[in-house]
Amino acid sequence: MPNKCKHMEKLNATLEQYEQYRKFIIYKDKVLALGNDSLEKTIAIAVSLCLVCAVLVSFAAVALKPLQVGNKAADMKKNILEVAGLLEDGADINAAFSDKIESKIVDLETGDYVDSVNAEEYDQRKAAKDPAQSILIPKDKDIAHIRVKAKYAKVFLVKEAGQVKSIILPINGYGLWSTLYGFLSLEADGQTVQSINFYDQQETPGLGGEVVNPVWRALWKGKKVYAESDQPSLDKGLIGEADIGEPALSLIKGTVDTTKPGSQYQVDGLAGATLTSTGVTNLVRYWTSNEGFAPYLKKVRTVKGVKS
Amino acid sequence: MSAILNDETKKVLTTPLVNDNPITLQVLGICSALAVTSQMSTSLIMALALTLVTAFSSAAISAIRNHIPSSIRIIVQMTIIASLVIVVDQLLKAFAYDVSKQLSVFVGLIITNCIVMGRAEGYAMKNPPLESFMDGIGNGLGYSLILIIVAFFRETLGSGKLLGIEVFKLTKDGGWYDPNGLMLLPPSAFFIIGLIIWGVRQWKPAQAEKVEFKIMAISHGEGGHH
Repeated sequence: MPNKCKHMEKLNATLEQYEQYRKFIIYKDKVLALGNDSLEKTIAIAVSLCLVCAVLVSFAAVALKPLQVGNKAADMKKNILEVAGLLEDGADINAAFSDKIESKIVDLETGDYVDSVNAEEYDQRKAAKDPAQSILIPKDKDIAHIRVKAKYAKVFLVKEAGQVKSIILPINGYGLWSTLYGFLSLEADGQTVQSINFYDQQETPGLGGEVVNPVWRALWKGKKVYAESDQPSLDKGLIGEADIGEPALSLIKGTVDTTKPGSQYQVDGLAGATLTSTGVTNLVRYWTSNEGFAPYLKKVRTVKGVKS
Repeated sequence: MSAILNDETKKVLTTPLVNDNPITLQVLGICSALAVTSQMSTSLIMALALTLVTAFSSAAISAIRNHIPSSIRIIVQMTIIASLVIVVDQLLKAFAYDVSKQLSVFVGLIITNCIVMGRAEGYAMKNPPLESFMDGIGNGLGYSLILIIVAFFRETLGSGKLLGIEVFKLTKDGGWYDPNGLMLLPPSAFFIIGLIIWGVRQWKPAQAEKVEFKIMAISHGEGGHH
């Protein structure tokens, strides 16, 4: 009679559970009756409180995760639109993003576009954490203190009438407390800054946290990323390979004197946030160096063009 | 009302508003009151978050108050408060992402807000859960009231807006109002809170602290030689 056996098994299991539950109740009553300052009660209260709180916190974290991930993705799109100067109040972000922005995957080493990877689905931050898709940065070159970078970067192009209008590069690097993640938007010449913003950072609010301040960010407009030689050989706005300068943009202490030569490579540092300012200088320099987007921007800036 | 709320509940709900306000009388919770009040929207969310955390932590602590070992009393309170703050932070990140980004660390810092700990230690450890819950709501409302007043002045005078809606037309948009930049910086909250405290103590002199030293005229013969 297999059926009856099954029933018996179930019954036994239930009985066993009940027995354990009864033991637990007895133990609970015993502990609660103990003096508040007895060692056993202190430990029992501490352990059970931790259990209850842990369940509460993990439940909230797990249950709300999908909503938070969605918010983060939308926020990133909003930041890309914002850095490109395309953000309009009240507009549908998803529609505006797919309408105006083209995602492209760039091989950081060669500077060419990679078409074998789906640009829509590629997540550069995730790829940087995956040993198969990332590269360890040699210590002496790691001025942005990020240790690893993804082999492929996801850049965003804004096109108008078929012509590239701006190039948006993902950048990240260590400030004082946190790794700052943001976007640097360059004009089609691959040299002039359009805007910069940071969508993920935990710097000191009011000091280093001012990297998100629109007034400070507006100072970046029109600055040049690479040092220019005295006489650039202009050819339809593009330059010869020999004229590609080194990354020169940096934050300085105090206010930039615009009458002095070289002020096009300087941005005001953040008051009271020397370490965050140094971090921002380093991360911009890193991502515009040969380690970062220099091979790609070289092809944008010279007649060669970017292969895909 | 009296059928639902007994005298004790009514007392714990209303006295923290003016007579025993956590900010103006006890001068607690000043840190976040300075930091988040440059805009009304962040202040409202912060006030709501703190009120909920104070109320629920007080209720939870009060429910187990007779079994909390005195040697780990503060840690037990902190664990409960911290868990609730994390839950509130997660909720904000899920349902009010922009505001949670602006509030940044200050939501997390509710854990160390003296009002929450003060109510847990000063009220919830000695009173039943329902009253403790109401006491938390009352103190949260007292805190909220000050935050809203401060944010009202800071946002209108600092950026000519209220809840992001234009109140005064700014000169840069062709209007008449030249915004006061100081109002957007945390020190301005010090001035406003100071003025509120002064106003309340003029209105209710009983709140003023006793003078510790009195300046008196020197009586003849003790003031050195001439």
